[in-house]
Amino acid sequence: MKLLGRSAVLGLIVVAAGWYLTRPQPLSPDVFNGITADSENGAIIFAAAGCASCHNADDQPPELLSGGRRFASPFGTFIAPNISSDPTHGVGNWPDVALASAIMVGVGRDGEHLFPAFPYTSYNKADVQDVADLIAYLRTLPASDQPSQPHEVGFPFNLRVTLGPWKALFEGDDWALQDAATPEIARGRYLVEALGHCTECHTSRNALGGVDRSRWLAGAENPSGDGRIPNITPAALTWSASEISEYLKSGFTPEFDTAGGEMAAVVRNTSKLTDGDRDAIAAYLKAIPAIANETP
Amino acid sequence: MPTTMTKILTAAGLISVMTVAYADGHLTQDQQRGMDARQSHMGLLGFNLGPLGAMAQDKIDYDATVAATAAANLAAVAGISQDRYWVEGTDSSVEGSRAKAEIWTDMAGFEAEQTALVTATADLAAVAGDGLDALKAAFGPVGQACGSCHENYRTPRQ
Repeated sequence: MKLLGRSAVLGLIVVAAGWYLTRPQPLSPDVFNGITADSENGAIIFAAAGCASCHNADDQPPELLSGGRRFASPFGTFIAPNISSDPTHGVGNWPDVALASAIMVGVGRDGEHLFPAFPYTSYNKADVQDVADLIAYLRTLPASDQPSQPHEVGFPFNLRVTLGPWKALFEGDDWALQDAATPEIARGRYLVEALGHCTECHTSRNALGGVDRSRWLAGAENPSGDGRIPNITPAALTWSASEISEYLKSGFTPEFDTAGGEMAAVVRNTSKLTDGDRDAIAAYLKAIPAIANETP
Repeated sequence: MPTTMTKILTAAGLISVMTVAYADGHLTQDQQRGMDARQSHMGLLGFNLGPLGAMAQDKIDYDATVAATAAANLAAVAGISQDRYWVEGTDSSVEGSRAKAEIWTDMAGFEAEQTALVTATADLAAVAGDGLDALKAAFGPVGQACGSCHENYRTPRQ
């Protein structure tokens, strides 16, 4: 009995310590000290980071970030929130640091963990200057008074406290491609791994929803159930670098098929980048390890 | 001794199970022909887009005759009625199909995509022989028409 009591106390201490160690920790208030934001560059970051693809509503201009798109997953359905400049329903009155904390460390304005359907596990590698520019650009966009909808996520995944340990396991901020051989590949790595968050769809996940980094960009189940997200490592993506670059510009494959599904929205974003940035993405995709398709 | 009614019910049950199993694994001739025809149709569009796209992307030299012919073909193919292609029961749950179920639940939206392609390819055919700049300007909307329909009505590959 005594032993049981001790075990219970020890167990509680472990849980409390775990809770404490993985509690939401926003960015330091001085993160933007000495930084001047440039909203023009922010528009490019906005495209590169694909914000509109999730946060705008169907059939609305990309600049109206009213939210409402639904994202089905094995853990429930996540609904993109309103991140327009509306002070009540959007993020218009969030301080810059609060927005940056959401983007880079997945901590909401009330100090809560955000669900990783929001790809802060990629954005945590973004340059602080780019995040400052992005926030300045977001503030120039129109307001929408459409209220954000609650996520439809059941027990136990709806307990945000569980996201602390999840982050401890899966929120690494190291590059998947450790050695970038040229500045162009390094730029491509930044665009793919940090801003573009390509891995969020193109890499398979484990049972806890963490990205399987041993199969980086080697394709995954489509969470919507329709088809598969393709393998884009050199094992499967055999297009030349210039063909990849052209696809990201016009949406045309070398056979003059076009991007479809969610990728059509991605190409709308990449079409706004410079040729140099699209070439960098292509160079990166040529440089990552080739991983064969999983045999079903 | 089973009653006649029991026998009839058992037989009816077996037939319905077999029908479901058959429908699950096999397509009717109309379904298969519809799928073959629409995939051939897409193949013809892609084939004629080839030289136009290569010129628009500066991969081959502009040739007015080749461009005008390919664009005329493209417009002609885009104008072929698709009414008999989209047979019920041939969405992406069927092997070899990438057609989203929305084609059948939103036929009006799907037909609007086809109309957009007819317009864009007619505009391209009207100017494709008039020089590279004219071709490039009219080629963009064709790509957008292709992409818009593929975005809304086609699933990724299996």
